[in-house]
Amino acid sequence: MHKYSHPDLAKRPAIFSFCTDPDTLGQFQWLACYLTTGKHMGFYISFGTVLLLLAVTAPTALLFGFGGASAARSTFLPLRWFGKAYIAIVRGVPDIAFFLFFVIALDQGIEWLRHQVKCPDWDQPIRQGNDFVVCAAAKMPLGNAPQWIHEVYGFGLAVVTFAIVFGAFAANVMYGAMRAVPRAQLETAEAYGMTPRQTFWRILVPQMWVYALPGLGNLWMVLIKATPLLFLLGVEDIVYWARELGGAKTARFTDYPHADWRLWYFFVLLLFYLGFTRVSEIYLDRIMKKLTHGQATTGGEAQRKGAAT
Amino acid sequence: MKKLLITTAALALSATSLLAADVVRLGTEGAYPPYNFINDKGEVDGFERELGDELCKRAELTCEWVTNDWDSIIPNLVSGNYDAIIAGMSITDERKEKIDFSENYTQPDPSAYMALAGSSPDLAGGVIAAQAATIQAAHVTESGATLVEFASPDETVAAVRNGEADAVLADKAFLAPIAEENADLELTGDDVLIGGGIGLGIRKSDNALRDKFTAAIQSMKADGSLNELIKKWLPDSAPF
Repeated sequence: MHKYSHPDLAKRPAIFSFCTDPDTLGQFQWLACYLTTGKHMGFYISFGTVLLLLAVTAPTALLFGFGGASAARSTFLPLRWFGKAYIAIVRGVPDIAFFLFFVIALDQGIEWLRHQVKCPDWDQPIRQGNDFVVCAAAKMPLGNAPQWIHEVYGFGLAVVTFAIVFGAFAANVMYGAMRAVPRAQLETAEAYGMTPRQTFWRILVPQMWVYALPGLGNLWMVLIKATPLLFLLGVEDIVYWARELGGAKTARFTDYPHADWRLWYFFVLLLFYLGFTRVSEIYLDRIMKKLTHGQATTGGEAQRKGAAT
Repeated sequence: MKKLLITTAALALSATSLLAADVVRLGTEGAYPPYNFINDKGEVDGFERELGDELCKRAELTCEWVTNDWDSIIPNLVSGNYDAIIAGMSITDERKEKIDFSENYTQPDPSAYMALAGSSPDLAGGVIAAQAATIQAAHVTESGATLVEFASPDETVAAVRNGEADAVLADKAFLAPIAEENADLELTGDDVLIGGGIGLGIRKSDNALRDKFTAAIQSMKADGSLNELIKKWLPDSAPF
C-alpha cells in the first residue's frame, strides 16, 4: 500500500538518527522513535498549555469571584442586582453551552465593536442569514495574521470564558464566606469607629478566606479537569491529543501503525491528574494552616492551644 | 479615551495596508483518514490536504490549515473563525440551509457497514454506530435501525469492537483500510450511496470565495489531476 507524506512536511529530521525506517527497528528503538514524533511533541506541549491556562485562569477567576461577591453584598441596589444575577445566571447555564455559544458571542461582540470604529461607512448588513460578516479590518485577529496569533487569541478567549464561569462559582463561595465571618468582629470594628470601607478591607476580607478556602479548593480541583472544553475553541489540550494519538492507526497513514491504545494514553492522563490533585491538596492544606492562624474558628483555637502546650 | 481612539485609528490604518496579502483559513477535522488526518509530524495530511493546497495554488490564495471539532465546525465557520470547511463534508439539503458549498470534488461516495468478522448483523433493525451530525447518522435513523452516535469517527469503530453496536456505518474510504488491516473486522452488507458528493463548505455571504474554489475544482476536473488524487487516496470512489 502506498505510503504518503506531504512533501513540505518531510524535511524536519527525526530526533534519533535511527528513526528513518521504523519497520526494521527493535521494540525499544521503535518505541523511542514513536514517542518522539512531531505529533507526540504536540502532546507534550499541550501539558504546558494546560498548566499555563490554569496558572492564568485561577487568579483571574478569583478576581471575578471577588468582584461578584463584593457586588452581591453591596448596599447599592443595582450593583447588588448585577452581582446576584451574574452568580445565578452563569451557575445555571451548562458549561458546554457556555463554551459553544458564549465564546462565539464574545468574539462577535469584539468584532462588532471594532467594525463600528474601523468601518463606519460599511453599507452591508452585519447579519446575513446565519452569517456574521464584518469588514476585513475588524476581524479579530486579522484574517492574515499568522496561526500563532489565532492560537493566542483563542487561548485568551478560553481564559476569559473559564474566568467568567468559575468566577461565578467562586463568587458564590466567597459571598457565603463573607457572611460567615462572625458579626461580632464587624461590630467591634464599627465600635472602634472604622468606616464601612475600612471594616470591609481590614476586618472582613482578611477573615473570610479561611471560610472560603474549602470551597475554592474544590473549584480548583474541578477547573483542573475542565480543560478538555478547550478543544471546542480549537485549542488542543491533553485529552484531545491522548484521544488522537491513542486511536487505532492503520499502516497506510502512519509509519507507526498500532491498535487502539487510548487506554494507555488515558492511563498517563490519570497519573498526571492524580499527581496534580495530590500536589494541590498538599498546598491547599498548607494555605489552610496559614489562614487558620489566629482566627476565631475552632481550627484557629486548636492551633493556639497546640502552641501553648 | 482619546488616546485609545488614536491607537485604534493607527491600528486601523496599518491593518488596511496589510490586507493586500489574502489569507484563506481552511477548517478541517483531522480525524478522518484518508480524507483528513494528523500525520506523524503533527500536521494536517490526507486527500483534502493535497487537494486544498492545489486548489489554493490554482485560485492564487494563501491558505492556512486549522483543525476544529466536528461538532462546532459549522458554527465556527459562520461566525468567521475560518473561511472554508474542507472536512469530507457531504453536500446535503439540510446543511445547505446554513452554509453554501463549492462544486463537489468527489462523486457521491459509497458508504459501507463494518462489523466484527463472522458476525452477520441485522443492518435494518440492529444497533448501528455513526458519527453524530453526519449523513450516515441520518441514514441509519431512516433505515429503522437503532442509532448510537459518537463525537469522533474513532469511537464509532471502538463501539463495534466492544459490542456496543452491531455495525458501524461510515464512508467506505474510511472503513476499508481499517477492515483490511484488522482480522477481527470486516465490511458487511451492501454499500449505500448517500449524499451529493463532498464539497467545500463556505459562508453564504462569501460568494466570491465559493466561485474561486469552484473554478479551481473545475480546472482540476478538466485536466484530470483531481482524478489522480482520487485514485491515489480514495481507490473505491468513482472518478469524474
